[in-house]
Amino acid sequence: MTNFAPILSALRRHRLATALIAMEIALACAVLCNACFLIAEQLRLLHITSGVDESSLAVISLDCDGCKGADLNARVTAALRAVPGVESVAVVNAVPFAQPAGYAGISLDREHFIAVPHFYAGGPGSVETLGLQRVSGRAFQADDFQIAENWLPLNTSVWITRAFAERLWPGQDPLGKEFWSDKYHFRVVGVMAHLTPPDPGGGHGDSGGEWSVFVPVIPGESLHGVYAVRASPAALSRVLRDARDVVQKAAPEAVLDLQQSRTVPELRADFYRQTRVMVGMLAGVIVALLLVTALGIVGLASFWVQQRRKQIGIRRAMGATRGDILHYFQAENFLIVSAGIGIGMVMTFALNLVLMKFYEVPRLPAYYLPLGALVLWGLGQLSVLAPALRAASVPPVVATRSV
Amino acid sequence: MFGYYLDLAVHSLRRNKVLTALMVLAIAVGIGASMTTLTVVHLLSGDPLPGRSHTIFYPQVDASPKGKDSDEPLDMLDYRSAVDLWSARRADRQALLVQSQVRLNTADAGKPAVMTMMLSATTDFFTMFDVPFRYGGPWSEQDDASRARLAVISDDLNQKLFAGGNSVGRTLRLRDSDVRIVGVLKPWRPSPQFYAVRGGRFAAGDTSDFYARPEDVITPFFTGLDINDGNFQQFTCWHMPARPGHLQDAPCVWVALWVQIKDAAQVAAYRRFVADYAAQQQAIGRFTHAGNTRLRDLMGWLDFNGVLPGNVRLQAWLAVAFLVICLVNMVGLLLAKFLRRSGEIGLRRALGASRAAVFAQYMVESGLIGLIGGAFGWLLTLVGLWLIRQQPVAYADLVRLDVPMFLLTFVAAIGASLLAGMLPAVRACRVVPAWQLKTL
Repeated sequence: MTNFAPILSALRRHRLATALIAMEIALACAVLCNACFLIAEQLRLLHITSGVDESSLAVISLDCDGCKGADLNARVTAALRAVPGVESVAVVNAVPFAQPAGYAGISLDREHFIAVPHFYAGGPGSVETLGLQRVSGRAFQADDFQIAENWLPLNTSVWITRAFAERLWPGQDPLGKEFWSDKYHFRVVGVMAHLTPPDPGGGHGDSGGEWSVFVPVIPGESLHGVYAVRASPAALSRVLRDARDVVQKAAPEAVLDLQQSRTVPELRADFYRQTRVMVGMLAGVIVALLLVTALGIVGLASFWVQQRRKQIGIRRAMGATRGDILHYFQAENFLIVSAGIGIGMVMTFALNLVLMKFYEVPRLPAYYLPLGALVLWGLGQLSVLAPALRAASVPPVVATRSV
Repeated sequence: MFGYYLDLAVHSLRRNKVLTALMVLAIAVGIGASMTTLTVVHLLSGDPLPGRSHTIFYPQVDASPKGKDSDEPLDMLDYRSAVDLWSARRADRQALLVQSQVRLNTADAGKPAVMTMMLSATTDFFTMFDVPFRYGGPWSEQDDASRARLAVISDDLNQKLFAGGNSVGRTLRLRDSDVRIVGVLKPWRPSPQFYAVRGGRFAAGDTSDFYARPEDVITPFFTGLDINDGNFQQFTCWHMPARPGHLQDAPCVWVALWVQIKDAAQVAAYRRFVADYAAQQQAIGRFTHAGNTRLRDLMGWLDFNGVLPGNVRLQAWLAVAFLVICLVNMVGLLLAKFLRRSGEIGLRRALGASRAAVFAQYMVESGLIGLIGGAFGWLLTLVGLWLIRQQPVAYADLVRLDVPMFLLTFVAAIGASLLAGMLPAVRACRVVPAWQLKTL
C-alpha cells in the first residue's frame, strides 16, 4: 500500500484546504447520520399496525345534534346494510386514523392516575366488522353489551391491547384484572394483538404506542353517528360513494362529515401526509448534502492536481507509475475523509444529544456511525477519482518544461 | 475602482464557468433552503397584535382539587371563576371566550346544513383584539347581559352565503335558534389564532393547529351557551360532568378569559386581584389551593405554549446546518479559484497594487457570486414556499415571502458569500510577488 508519510508532510503545507475538506466531511457526517435516523424514525411511524382490517373498512360519520341516537342508528345501519357489497355494519365511536373519540385517565386503585388510553366503544358485531384480533381471553357475549351512562357503561368487561397490558401489569397475566376511570369500572376479559389509538403518536402513550381499550356498548344516546362499514377491498370505494348517498337520504336532518366519511386507507394516507412530506424533505436534504460535499471535493482536488502538475511530472520522470500517482491522490483523500469522519462522529453524537433534548428523538443507534463512515469514504473516493485520473495522465515531460 | 473590480470579477467568473456554477449553486441551494424555513418560522412566531400585545393578559386560577401549588394551573378556567373574574371588571377590558361546534342552517341560501366552529365571546373581544369590521359593528354590553340572539360573521362566510354584500340585519339559523347578523368582519387572520391557544405543553410539538382560521360565526358569550347547550367541550374535567356538553356547573375547565390592562402600573394590582380571588375561594372551600395563580401577557402565554410547531423548528435548524455546509464548501472552492491566479496576483502586486486592493478585488468577486446566488436562492425560496402552501397544515395559507424576508434573502446571500470569501481573499493578498513572478 501507499506510504502515508509523504502525503502527511504534503498535507501539512496545505493545512487550510485540508482542514476545510475535513470540516465539510465532519458536518456532512453529523447531518447525514442524524437525518437518516430521523427518516428511519418517521418510517417506523408510517408502518404502524392499526389492528383493524384497514383495506376492507370505510367510515361514515354523521353529526346529528338533537337526534334520538337509537332511532338514527336504526335508520342509518339499515340503509347501509342495503348497499350492495356491504358485508357488515357496526356502530362504533372511532376508528384508527379517524377523529379520536375519548381519551381518559385511568387508575388501578381509584386514586392515582397512571395512564391515558383511548377508549373505543362498539356495538354488537363491531369486533367482527373492524376485524380485531384477540390473542387471549374470551369473546364478548350478548350480555357484555350494556347501556352507557353518559359515556360508557358503569361496569364493563373490556379488551385491551397487549402493549397496554404490559404497561399496566408488566409481566403479569392481565385477564381478570380491573381498572377505573372516575366512577367507571372495567374488567379485562380479552387481550388484542394490536389496536392503535385513532391518532397514533399524538402525544398519548409512548411514541406511537398502542394504549387502547375496547368497550362493548349498546348503541344509543351516547353511541351514535360513527359507523364502520366492511366491504371487500375491491368494492370499497364504490361502497363508500353509495353509502354517503344513502345515509343522507336515510337521515336528512344529520350533517354528513365529508372529511371523516372516507375509507380507512384514505384516512390513513391523510393522517400521515405530513410525515411523508417530512421524510421527503429529509431525503432531499441528504441528497443535496452529499452532492454539495462531493462537488466541493472535486473542486479542491482539481485545484491541487493543477497546482502540483510540475511535481507530478517530476515524480513520473523519476520512475513513478500512473498507478502510483492515482493511489497517491486516493490515499490522500482517504486520510482527509478519515480525519473528517473522526471529528464528525463526535459532532454526530453532540447533534443527537441536542435533538434528544429538544425534539424527543431517541438515542442514535451506534451502527449508524460505521454506515455513515462507509458512505462518506465511498463518496470521497468517487469524487476524487476524476481529478486523480487527470493527475495520473500528466506526462513526465511536464517536468522538463519552464524549469 | 469598484467598476473595474466588477469587470475583473465578471471576467474571472466567465473564465471558469463550471467552478462558478458550482459556487452559485451551493449558495443558491443553501439560501433557498434556509430562507424557506426561516420565512415559515418568521411568519409563525410573529406578534399577532403588534403594539398592543404587551397590554393583553391571560389570568389563570386553579380550581382542580387534583392540582398543587407547585403545579402549573390548568390552561382554562371553570365557569364560575371565569364569570366572577369577568364581572368584577377590574381590567380596562375583559372578554370571556368559548368555542363550540354548531350546526349552521343556511335557510335563505338553500345550501345543506354544515357543522362549523362558533366562538362565543363578550363584546370586549372586538375592541380588545382590534378586530376589523366591514359592515356593522360589535354588539353592546346590554346585548351580552340580555343574551340577545345576535351574531357577527366572518368575511369568508359572508362571501359564501351573501355573495359579499352587506348582510347586516339578515338572519342565520344556528342549531334551532335564529340569530340576527349585526356585523361582518373584514378578512381577519391572526397568526397564531392566539386567543384559542392552550394545551401546547401537552401537544408534543404538534402545534400547527394553533394557526387555524378564526371561527366563521361569533355570538355573544351567554347567547352561545343558551343556543348550543349540550355541545360544549371541556379542556379537562376532574370528574365526569353530569350532563355531557353542559358544563356551567360541571367540575371542568373550559372557558378562557382575556383582559387588557393598558397601564403597566396596574398589572401588579390585577395580579394581586387574581391571587386574592383564589385565596378567597380557598377560604370558602371551593378551591383546595390558591398559590398557583398566573397572569401571563400574550407573548408570554404563546411562549409557554411553545406555539412554533416542533417540525418547523427542526426544519429550520436543518436548513441552517445545510447552509453552513454549503458555505464551507464555497470557502474551499473560492480558495482554489483565487490561488489558481497566484501568478496574476503577483503581477498586480509587482506593478504596485496594494494588498488592500487585491483583497478588495476578491471581495467584489465573492460578493458578485453572492448576488447571483441570492437571485437563484430567491427563486428557490419561492418554490419552497409554494411547496409548503400545498401541505395540509393549518398555516399553509399564511405562507408568503414578505418584504423584510425578501431583502434578507439577498443580504444573507451576499453576506454569506463575503464571509466565505474573506479567508481565501486574505490568502490571496498574502501571495509573495517575487515567487510568482519567477515561475511565470
